[in-house]
This record gives sequence, C-alpha cells and structure tokens, in this order.
Amino acid sequence: MSAKKKAADAAIVPSNGAAVPGRARVQKAYKIYIGGAFVRSESGRYFQVKDLGGDEPGLVENVALSSRKDGRDAVKAAHAAGAGWAGKTAYNRGQILYRLGEVMEARRAELTSELERSTGRGRDAAREEVLASVDRVISFAGWADKYQSLLASSNPVAGPHFNVSVPEPMGVVAVVAPRRPSLLGLVSAVLPVIVSGNTCVVLASEEDPRTAVTFCECVATSDMPGGVLNLLTGKVSEVAPHLARHMEVQALDLWLDDAELTRELETLAVATVKRVKKRGVAEVDFRDDRLAGLSSLTPFLELKTFWHPMGM
Amino acid sequence: MSNLVASATARAAERGPYIPPRTSPVDQIFVEERAAALAKRSIKKATKVAGLKLAVRMMDLTTLEGKDTPGKVRSLCAKALRPLEHDPSVGPVGAVCVYPNMVPVAVDCLRGSGVHVASVATAFPSGLSPLAIKLDDVRRAVGFGADEIDMVIDRGAMLSGDYARVYDEIVQTKEACGHAHLKVILETGELGSYDVVRHASDIAMAAGADFIKTSTGKVTPAATPPVTLVMLEAIRDHYYATGKRIGMKPAGGIRTAKQALHYLVLVKETLGDAWLTPELFRFGASTLLNDVLMQLEKERTQAYQGADYFSKE
Repeated sequence: MSAKKKAADAAIVPSNGAAVPGRARVQKAYKIYIGGAFVRSESGRYFQVKDLGGDEPGLVENVALSSRKDGRDAVKAAHAAGAGWAGKTAYNRGQILYRLGEVMEARRAELTSELERSTGRGRDAAREEVLASVDRVISFAGWADKYQSLLASSNPVAGPHFNVSVPEPMGVVAVVAPRRPSLLGLVSAVLPVIVSGNTCVVLASEEDPRTAVTFCECVATSDMPGGVLNLLTGKVSEVAPHLARHMEVQALDLWLDDAELTRELETLAVATVKRVKKRGVAEVDFRDDRLAGLSSLTPFLELKTFWHPMGM
Repeated sequence: MSNLVASATARAAERGPYIPPRTSPVDQIFVEERAAALAKRSIKKATKVAGLKLAVRMMDLTTLEGKDTPGKVRSLCAKALRPLEHDPSVGPVGAVCVYPNMVPVAVDCLRGSGVHVASVATAFPSGLSPLAIKLDDVRRAVGFGADEIDMVIDRGAMLSGDYARVYDEIVQTKEACGHAHLKVILETGELGSYDVVRHASDIAMAAGADFIKTSTGKVTPAATPPVTLVMLEAIRDHYYATGKRIGMKPAGGIRTAKQALHYLVLVKETLGDAWLTPELFRFGASTLLNDVLMQLEKERTQAYQGADYFSKE
C-alpha cells in the first residue's frame, strides 16, 4: 500500500471513529447491568462524564444515574441467580471466569481506550492496568476449584464422630467498588466474591463508570449467567444505604475511604446482622498479588460443620 | 345415566326455555389498551398501604394441590387469620380456598372468625364429569361446611356452542349450593377469545352466579388484566340491566403487590367504590399474600424485605 493511500485511509477512519466530515457521531449510552441485561435506570436519570484523556479530551457522555429501585431490581436478580450459580460445579465456575479473562484479553484495546479517556493517566498506564486486570481474573478463575480443599477441615471431636467443616457461599453481597483504580479495583473487589458462588450487586466507581460498564460487556459474553454480577452506576451515597438495609443482602464489601458513609452503612447493616468488610482504599496497592490470595475469598464464605457417626 | 339426563331435561323444562343473554362484542384493541393504561397508575405511600391492606382482606388464600395435608391447611388458616404476626390491622383474609376433603379442617380452624371457607367443586379443574357427580360434589362440600363454592363451567360445552347446557349446569349447581355463595370459574385461558369470555360471563350471571371468576389456576394464561376488564364490564352491564351486583374474582398468576393494586384500579375505574369490598371482589392467590406483606413491611420499616423472613404459608 502506498504511503499516499495509507494517509487517505487514516483520514477516513481516525482511530476513535469520530470527527469524520459528514458522518454523524455514534455515541454509546452507558447503561447499568441487571440480570444479564443492559438497562437504563428505572428513574430515567443520567449524569455526565467527561473525557480526561484519549483522542478527544472534553468529550461528554451520558451514564445512567441509578436509583433505590435499580438497587432493588439488582438484588432481586442477584437473589434469583444465587442457587443456579452456587449449584454449578466449582470446575464450571472456573471455566466461566477463565472465559471472562479470555474475552477481556480479546477486548484489551477497548478497555485500554476506556481507561485512558476516563482517567487521563495516559495510554501506558491504562494498558498496564488492563493487563493486570486480566491476569487477576485468570488468578481467581484458578481459585474456583481449589480454595475448598484449603479451607475445609476435618476437626477432632471428643466422641465417635467425624466432624467436617466445608466452606459455602453466603448469598447476595453488595460491593462498593474502589473509586480508583477503576478497572483493577473493580476486578479485585468482585471476583473474590463471585468465584465461590456468591452473587453480587456492585456500585461502580463514581469517577469512571464507563470502564465498569465496558467490563460488564465482557461479563455478558463470558457465559456467566445473568444476575450473578449486577452493576449500578451513579452516586454510591444514594444507593448504598438501601442495599445496607435490604434484608436479602447478606454482606457488604466496602472499598470506601468515606468514613462517615462507611459508618452509616455499618449502622444500617446491624438490623439484619450483615457481615461488613471495610477496606481503606488509599493505602491499598492493587498491583499486589496478595489481593488475589486465599484471604480475599474468606470474608464471603460461611463454614458449614457437620457430624457423622463413625462406623456407619 | 339416561334417567339423570331425563331429570335434568325435565327440570330445565320447568324453568322454561333457555334464553341466550344479550351479549355485546368485545373490542380487543380497546380492552387491551385500557387495561394497560390503567396499569400505569403509580400508587404510593399511604394510598399504597391502604390498597394493600384492602387486598389482603379480599384474598382467597388458596391451596389446591394433590399433596395438601390437614397440617398444611391448618397453617394456611393460621396465616389467614393473622397474616402479619405483629400487626393485627392486617387481615384477616376474605376466605380460605381448599379441596372438598380439606373443608372440615379449614372450618374447624376458622370457626367464629368471619373468614369464609371456599371449596372448589364440580369435578374441579376440568369439570368433565357427569352432572350428577358434580352436583353431589357440591352438596358434600356444602355439607362439610363450605360457605362458598367455586364451580367450573363445562368449557367443552361452551366452545361447542351448547350454551343451554352451560347455563343449565350453573342453575343446578346454584340450587345444590343452598345458602352457600356460588363462584363460577370460566377458565378464560381455555375460552380462546374475549367474545367467548364475555358470553360465558353473561351466561353465568344470568344463571345465578354470585361471583364470576377467571381461572382455576391450573391453566396458563390465568387471570390477565384485559380478561378481567372484559368480565368487569359484563358485571357493570348486568348491574345496569338488573340492579344486581355480581362479584368478581381474578385468580391465578397474580403474584405481586403491584399487580394486585392494578387490579384494584381496574375495579375502581370500571365498577366504582361499591365493588371495592371483599363481598364483591376477591383475589384467588397463594403466593400473592407474602409479596403484599413484604411491601407493607417495606413501607413500615423502609427496608426492602427478604422472602426468607416470611412464612411459606
């Protein structure tokens, strides 16, 4: 191909597909992900997010502003998906999560460009975060059929009984994802919850909801059943209290530096004796592989212990 | 067998010839649009609470399964009397609806409470047994103590145009009921079109039904808002023509509090406040009650409720 032809092609299709003379811009509506479907907020509200980097800094796009009822719908979907997801074999859950890693790998360029324009941290930083995120997903996929053997135990008891403890998922976990890093943080918060058979409702980073929605597009094509992972965009302080009060939510995973909101959510969670896991985000190094360790799974597991008479 | 038919014919002859009721054709598009439009009403806060409490009092709490036991019926009756343990302002429900063999158990549990005992009869749910057996079924259920009888029409006769037979069976079932109220189940899911639903409603009311009811709950689709609207309009026209108020009972497929409120809107807009009473409107339901209770608790506590916190009947 001649240099002249190449230049002409580049002029017709710029890397971001925008700004071609005479072509109408096709902009994406960033919708929330509930029960395996991308939907608008039932409230009809949206908010605007501005590109901080990438090809068109200053570009403004609309993102759904979730309401209390979106939270309710998401919990309903998560609750309905619980039995099916927990009932799959650990091996199958691992396969599905690995496939999520495969899909993200194939869509690395898209995830990178989302991160780049939303964070303004530059292409290299974005690329590095996407690679780390894919690797983290693969790590958790590997955990799916291994953590059970490490956490289960055969306990000594004073009598002629076998006494065995096995880990089981808790049910629906509400996750407030870290504000940043918006993708690696999201992956590191959500994967340890769902790998063991829990389902979740995630409140995406307020700073960068678009990368989270694009991540959900990977989830949607990964064979993960609808409702296992539900993602809401918008204001955490508006929706999280309703999740903390919701009686069908078993645990809260709060990646939040807002001490006041954390205290409010903890207080609300008392009524239903929810398990609350608090994490300061500022001091976490999300690149640390220990975040993909066994201890990341244990907060959202219950140990079931059963007795069986010996000699039968 | 021929004797039975002969005696039925003789009784029909005593009452004079069957005169088909005047039935107007149904505008399908209009009915569906209107039912959909009325379902868009948003009912909130105090109005919602009042509507839901009314819906509880209008409920025919139902169990119609082959695996029903006296124990299950007793626990259902306990729930019927006091649906929400800590709030006596909720309930009791309108009636408990069971199979004939479970009627004595329900009567025993509900004695003196004002909660009615309804029994399905007439070879429920198909209705395809000889009339003598169906009438015997009714008499026994009434004898066991049921004060409301839910009969099924012979859909085969309705669809093959034997309207006189449908009419006559309802008349005789009404006689067999004695003092008990008669609800006539049309099984609208099997009737095929709104016109047939309207015609069956008119026949049932002319034959002496106290209530007309959409479905057995054994066939899908069961109650839908448009089909209910067709029946409500039949009731309205019957009222204008005769001055007699006939009751309505949608049953089957009504599972959420929101649906229940939309049915109340349909009644209010078609028949007015006079019908917003358990005497003239009932919901046939088994899982609806818990959803209504969850919504009432949501309004009281502001926390979304979990199904695990409510008894399964």
